Amino acid sequence: MSRETLAYHWGKHHRTYVENLNKQVVGTDLEGLSLEDIIIVTYNKGDILPAFNNAAQAWNHDFFWESMKPGGGGKPSGDLLDLIERDFGSFERFIEEFKAAAATQFGSGWAWLAYKANRLDVENAVNPWPSEKDKELVIVKSPNAVNPLVWDYFPLLTIDVWEHAYYLDFQNRRPDYISVFMEKLVSWETVNTRLEKAKARAAEREMEEERRRKEEEEGKPTNEEEDDDDLEMYVDNDNDDSEAE
Amino acid sequence: MALRSSVTRRTLTLGLNSTRLLPLSRSLQTFSLPDLPYDYGALEPAISGEIMQLHHQKHHQTYITNYNKALEQLHEAIQKGDSSTVVKLQSAIKFNGGGHVNHSIFWKNLAPIREGGGEPPKASLGWAIDTHFGSLESLIQKMNTEGAALQGSGWWLGVNKELKKLVIETTPNQDPLVTKGPHLVPLLGIDVWEHAYYLQYKNVRPDYLKNIWKVINWKYASEVYEKECA
Repeated sequence: MSRETLAYHWGKHHRTYVENLNKQVVGTDLEGLSLEDIIIVTYNKGDILPAFNNAAQAWNHDFFWESMKPGGGGKPSGDLLDLIERDFGSFERFIEEFKAAAATQFGSGWAWLAYKANRLDVENAVNPWPSEKDKELVIVKSPNAVNPLVWDYFPLLTIDVWEHAYYLDFQNRRPDYISVFMEKLVSWETVNTRLEKAKARAAEREMEEERRRKEEEEGKPTNEEEDDDDLEMYVDNDNDDSEAE
Repeated sequence: MALRSSVTRRTLTLGLNSTRLLPLSRSLQTFSLPDLPYDYGALEPAISGEIMQLHHQKHHQTYITNYNKALEQLHEAIQKGDSSTVVKLQSAIKFNGGGHVNHSIFWKNLAPIREGGGEPPKASLGWAIDTHFGSLESLIQKMNTEGAALQGSGWWLGVNKELKKLVIETTPNQDPLVTKGPHLVPLLGIDVWEHAYYLQYKNVRPDYLKNIWKVINWKYASEVYEKECA
């Protein structure tokens, strides 16, 4: 990736998204929200609000720069490699699929590797991979500024396939750009760190949901006075109910 | 006996019919890259020769190649009655076919200055523009605003005729104008995909939009307009 590309891509495109976002946010309800919150709010279940494009693109580009490093490429190891092999069959198959996704995103957009700790109903959007399978790696592609945050996935890696990302270096040869990205630029360490965070967040969420579910169950009989009668009935009925104590 | 022979005759006829179908399947029309009516460098300095060459020889050609491939696959799927493949191919056809349609119009929308590029429209189109937009400048300004605002890749097939009215529409990716309305006829399109201007204008799309008007071929737009509105 040439110096010239970075000068324009980071120095102009990315900078413009950030500056324009700042202008759009000032004096509105969005001021003071985190960038990720702004993205979710302005995605608005697909009925996109004006600040979405700048907010999401600002986030996407941050994520993209950090997905790369000088002298990158190679292969991941440890947990990340295990999961890749589990969910794609082999590292080579994963690379093939990721490259294909990036090459076939029509028009502008992004290709992603993401960690899906599944919930079928993601409330904010239409889940592109609704399934019972949970805690798995998926490859997704998105148009323009959309990113996996709106589907409640944990992004791990991305490649920008807007033409401005590769045109100066590769012109129309997007597949060549994608190959070079995979072979020479990807920072697997960063992807790994993100995976660990994603797993930790997923585990936390699970615990939280479990806790909430238990509270709901246990809280039912003791909430109102009428329920005390029920409670006594339970006790009388010799139910092994801990609330009795 | 008579019955059997008539049945046989019918079967023979059917057999003949199906053989007659074969030449049809071989005559699937495929497409090839149309020549530009001017040299690659003829639109400079508004659009560089480098861009014109890449745009025509690589991007447009790729759309055509992929469109032909999709059409062949579609043809096969139709003959086999493979409905799910037929449906699956629709997006490839819209994208690549649309790319071919759009770019074929685009090359005609441009002309070197010495061949009339940039000369304002006259006669019925000029009058229609003044009526609907107030002035040519006002039309240009409106189109430039919409073109600059278009997120990602797209076209901005401006000035169309729908039931005798001029409209400005933008379409995403390679969607042809007709996807915005079955009565819309494209008169003038401006490609705002980054490949159309990046090597020369980089991220400054508004400059590209400002300069392209110097090589817009209003003669072609007028011809189409007159034909549709006659």
